[in-house]
Amino acid sequence: MNPALWHEVPSSWYLILSAMLFSLGVIGFLIKRTLITVFMSIELMLNAVNLSFVTFAHDWHAVKGQIFVFFVMMVAAAEAAVGLAIIISIYRSRATLNVDQVDLMKL
Amino acid sequence: MNAHLHLWLIPILPFAGFLVNGLLGRRLPKALVSAVALGFPLASLIVVARAASIFFSVTPQPVPWLINYGSWISAGPLHLDFSLYLDQLSLLMLGIITGVGFLIHVYSVGYMAHEDGYWRFFSYLNLFLFSMTTLVLAENYILMFVGWEGVGLASYLLIGFYYEKKSAADAGKKAFVANRVGDVGFLLGMFLLLSQFKSLSFYEIGSNLGANPALQGGILTAIALCLVVGACGKSAQIPLYVWLPDAMEGPTPVSALIHAATMVTAGVYMISRTHFIFDRSPLALSVVAIIGAVTALFAATIALVQTDIKRVLAYSTISQLGYMFLGCGVAAYSAAVFHLMTHAFFKALLFLAAGSVIHGMGGEQDMRKMGGLRKKLPITFLTMTVGVFAIAGIPPLAGFFSKDAILYEAFQQGSLGKVVYVIGLVTALLTSFYMFRLWYLTFLGENRAENVEEHGAAVHAHSGTKLVLEAEQHHEPHESPWSMLGPLVILAILAFGGGWIGIERFGAYLAPVVGPVTDPALQSGGKSLDYILSGVAVAVALLGLLIAHVFYFRKNDRAAKLAAALSGPYDLLVHKYWIDELYQNVIVTPITLASRYILGWVGEGVIIRGSTWLLGGVATLFGELFRRWQSGNLRSYSAWLAAGAVALLFFAVVGYVLGVGGPDLRMVWAGH
Repeated sequence: MNPALWHEVPSSWYLILSAMLFSLGVIGFLIKRTLITVFMSIELMLNAVNLSFVTFAHDWHAVKGQIFVFFVMMVAAAEAAVGLAIIISIYRSRATLNVDQVDLMKL
Repeated sequence: MNAHLHLWLIPILPFAGFLVNGLLGRRLPKALVSAVALGFPLASLIVVARAASIFFSVTPQPVPWLINYGSWISAGPLHLDFSLYLDQLSLLMLGIITGVGFLIHVYSVGYMAHEDGYWRFFSYLNLFLFSMTTLVLAENYILMFVGWEGVGLASYLLIGFYYEKKSAADAGKKAFVANRVGDVGFLLGMFLLLSQFKSLSFYEIGSNLGANPALQGGILTAIALCLVVGACGKSAQIPLYVWLPDAMEGPTPVSALIHAATMVTAGVYMISRTHFIFDRSPLALSVVAIIGAVTALFAATIALVQTDIKRVLAYSTISQLGYMFLGCGVAAYSAAVFHLMTHAFFKALLFLAAGSVIHGMGGEQDMRKMGGLRKKLPITFLTMTVGVFAIAGIPPLAGFFSKDAILYEAFQQGSLGKVVYVIGLVTALLTSFYMFRLWYLTFLGENRAENVEEHGAAVHAHSGTKLVLEAEQHHEPHESPWSMLGPLVILAILAFGGGWIGIERFGAYLAPVVGPVTDPALQSGGKSLDYILSGVAVAVALLGLLIAHVFYFRKNDRAAKLAAALSGPYDLLVHKYWIDELYQNVIVTPITLASRYILGWVGEGVIIRGSTWLLGGVATLFGELFRRWQSGNLRSYSAWLAAGAVALLFFAVVGYVLGVGGPDLRMVWAGH
């Protein structure tokens, strides 16, 4: 095809996708009761944000956004390691992964 | 004027003595405490003497020295310096304070020798000298006020020196509170001065007044009356005199130094120092004259019937201070200050001699239990005799000249002057009578001490436990050690000769400070009026001596009969006109009750406790409410989190759409 006819995908599409992914993550975070699923919802939200970072970075020709994404991914990896460790130890001590039954942290 | 006066050393040296004895005295040997206590005041006295020699060496005539040691407070229109002022008046006061003060320090070494808290006593005494010299050297009202409060503090500490005795502690408190009332007046006076003159410096206010001859009465009367209230508190005048008789709870040297010779004259000094304000307000001067005359008479009548030797002297001090006020009130400042000086000599002498008697009697203060001490205490007797003749106003001793000078000036000041002259004369009669009564009861006749032991009524409490023990070991009255007699002899010489210094020359000496003595009689040629008035004064003094002789020379019951015949007035005098009871019932009790019930129930119970309870209740209530949020339930938390995020998003979008407020998202993302 003629490259001149190529239409770049508009940034708004990426942003809409990002918003949808983020909303899905929020909904999952709110309504799911299994810790693993809640955890996956958080990852989903993080990656939705990463997507909008990259989009804006491309739009405005600012490399900062791209760099920021690397930081987010790194922190997400660390968080995944720690979070999974916590989930495993919760399962070992309480034999359940239902968040409604893990409610000892209160006055 | 290139010589250095080192005026700052005069207060600082006693202050150093105060610090050394106050901080380390407990651990130092007694001899060293005495050396410190005497050394620093002596050094201060030497500095005063040196300053005096430089002051008078200036030709053709001495000029005032104003020395500024730096800025103290500078705030808006208010500007205060650490500045000291030396003129004839402050030099005279310094001489009295450090001179008489040093003698009394020497005396105290003997008097307090057996007391606990020896070091404490001398550190307070040095603190007093520091404050008093600051008071008289100060060049502005605030610095004077610092000294004014300092002497009040030293007085409080020394009255309550035997603090384990309730009456002494109460007397200290009473003195402090009565002085506080006066200080309110002094402070208000200073505020008015500041609003009127934008300055508190004596020199600036004086020159400001000099430049505005039209400024009379009005605000100046208000200022002067406020200052008089302060002076009444410090100088124990009606209506604030009540603390001074009780102040006799302190050791006798303290009574001599603070409550006779120096501190109580601060009010007179203050009026003389700021005479330029009083000169512009005839009303305020009349008030001062009336207060002085009434106080003089009032206190003298009470002194007639007192039996405690120190209380007689205390009321006599109030009465003599009344004379000084009277002198100030008829604008005879130099006569008032002259009387201040001679009074410092003979009253310090009388108190110290009384202390020597009390010491010799082993703590006994009741004159009815003395008598016949002439043989036992010969030197005390001789010096006390000089003091009694001096205060009674018998020539050629000091009291005659100064009292005569005040009465002479008063006589020439119009109709009010005539009235206060007559009051002064009556007071002189009473003074002569009660002083000779004291003299006869104490030194002549027979020793009545034996009766005391029979009655078992001896109250030895006044001079602490050690003296009581001493008294019980040997009852025989004994003469005091030379450290006590030496100051007595020196003061006796001063009380004897102090008047000659002043006659004729004193007015001229103080004229640069308080203005020349106005003497219409002298101008009209002739001193006959002076001689007549002097003759009257001497006659009155001798009459007092005669009456006392009739009543007390030989053992007789005339005094008792008279008291029985006039039981009404006698009772009134013995109970000091019931003034203490009046104050207690009219002022102290209502304030106590109001504090307990109105302030205690309404103020503390309702307002303070209620408001703290309310604050605590509100905090608890909100705590109960918000506690429910922290459920421990993860999904509950996440719901709130989401709700918060939605709310933030909502406000951001609304703000962006409306274009008012809210973060501009593009700017944030772009990192600008």
